[in-house]
Amino acid sequence: MEWLAQLGRSGVSFSAGLGRAHLLMLAMLRGLPQLVRRPRLLVEQLLSVGVLTVLIIAVSGVFVGMVLGLQGFYILSRFGAEATLGVMVAASLVRELGPVVTALLFAGRAGSALSAEIGLMKATEQLSGLEMMAVNPEHRVLTPRLIAGIISMPLLAAMFSMLGVYGGWFVGVGLLGVDEGTYWAQMQSQIDWDDDVLNGVIKSLVFGVVCTWIAIFQGYDCIPTSEGVSRATTRTVVHSSLAVLGLDFVLTALMFN
Amino acid sequence: MSLNSPADDTLVRIRGLKFFRGTRAIFDGVDIDIPRGSVTAIMGPSGTGKTTLLKLIGGQLRPDAGTIEVDGQNVHALSTADLYRLRMRMGMLFQSGALLTDLSVFENVAYPLREHTKLNSSMIRKLVLMKLEAVGLRGAYDLMPSELSGGMARRVALARAIALDPMMIMYDEPFTGQDPISMGVLVQLIRRLNDAAGITSVVVSHDVAEASEIADLIYVISDGRVIESGAPQALRETGGEWTRQFMDGLPDGPVPFHFPAPELESDLFGDRT
Repeated sequence: MEWLAQLGRSGVSFSAGLGRAHLLMLAMLRGLPQLVRRPRLLVEQLLSVGVLTVLIIAVSGVFVGMVLGLQGFYILSRFGAEATLGVMVAASLVRELGPVVTALLFAGRAGSALSAEIGLMKATEQLSGLEMMAVNPEHRVLTPRLIAGIISMPLLAAMFSMLGVYGGWFVGVGLLGVDEGTYWAQMQSQIDWDDDVLNGVIKSLVFGVVCTWIAIFQGYDCIPTSEGVSRATTRTVVHSSLAVLGLDFVLTALMFN
Repeated sequence: MSLNSPADDTLVRIRGLKFFRGTRAIFDGVDIDIPRGSVTAIMGPSGTGKTTLLKLIGGQLRPDAGTIEVDGQNVHALSTADLYRLRMRMGMLFQSGALLTDLSVFENVAYPLREHTKLNSSMIRKLVLMKLEAVGLRGAYDLMPSELSGGMARRVALARAIALDPMMIMYDEPFTGQDPISMGVLVQLIRRLNDAAGITSVVVSHDVAEASEIADLIYVISDGRVIESGAPQALRETGGEWTRQFMDGLPDGPVPFHFPAPELESDLFGDRT
């Protein structure tokens, strides 16, 4: 029966964690008015969460687009349909790969950094120090990071998709001889603003909320030791990745019937 | 300084404090009075909850029973806004310093001023330099926390704690891990700030010599209770066996040298596996 008790303990612990995560989200949302009054806090975090993630997103976007161009050309040319290469590359990117790969990279780069930073602030008593200086750490430290993550994710995903399209263009048009006019014109006529682009943006917004929330919660809720911070960082990447992949299926099923 | 000071002279009044971690009682019916304008040392062995006591006074932890009043206000009955207003009048020096690592020394000390006042940058600069001068680190204003020694970090944290001219400062193990010079500097600073600015100081420490040197009143706590209290000299002379062992640093006495264990012989030669 020990396994049943263990299962029960895990269930209770998971539910308690979920409850704490929601309370933390409420506390962070209560810090929004302060953030509106002091936008500088948001700008600082947009730099560290968003701008410093651009490089990895840009490089990955270009290479993913180039691979899509190669694979797409290989398959489409079998059916004489290489003219639709631009559509295939763009649809794959804006619907799926842009939001999903960006979210996975975001979790690995910005999410882990957020957890480690907040966890270390907790371990070195900086958060307690803020509290004793009559500064609410949830409003002052966490809310700007949450909003910066939510704003950054769709922008990074858009950048990923755009550079991916250029990566596909470079391989398809530049190296493999697909007609340039066809590449762009097919894309323009076949990619739908609402069904494809907007749904991709909604996905990346949802991923932005989830990934940043998980990262902040894991850092804030960690055991304030070096091992605790290390575990929190690992959990951030694992939980975020699983949440993104699971949510992607649910959102895709809802959006594209 | 006696425990029978008039009620008005008591800045912090703790009554019937109980606090548990799980089933373990950290405090089990503790009464403490901290007189205004004094340096009060809370002493006891490691793990007796001295830091926890400061967090309870500062409202960061909530007691399971009992009350803590600071300047006549029940800390744990205050609204969040009132608690934050009270904290603006309390400074706390953490054991690690708790400096914000991404800000320079100057910005760390300026932080509470920028957060809670509308002073212009010229006035903030003057105030910060004055606070840093008080702890002898005006020349280090542009260093980052990673460039400071442990003693310097604590002095910067002290300058930050007094930035808003609080009515009391709580010191969490201020002497731990300090070389003799840094320790001497901190001892002097605590006493000097207390006397010059009329601040009430609460020093949590297990460094007997240093705490005794500056304290007007000492509370010795162990096993969740106040064992004894009084002036340092009185405690040394008339304190019980436990207190004398602690104050004189004797290896054995009421607090045994050995952690409870079975007989050595049975452990070495018995059939325990």
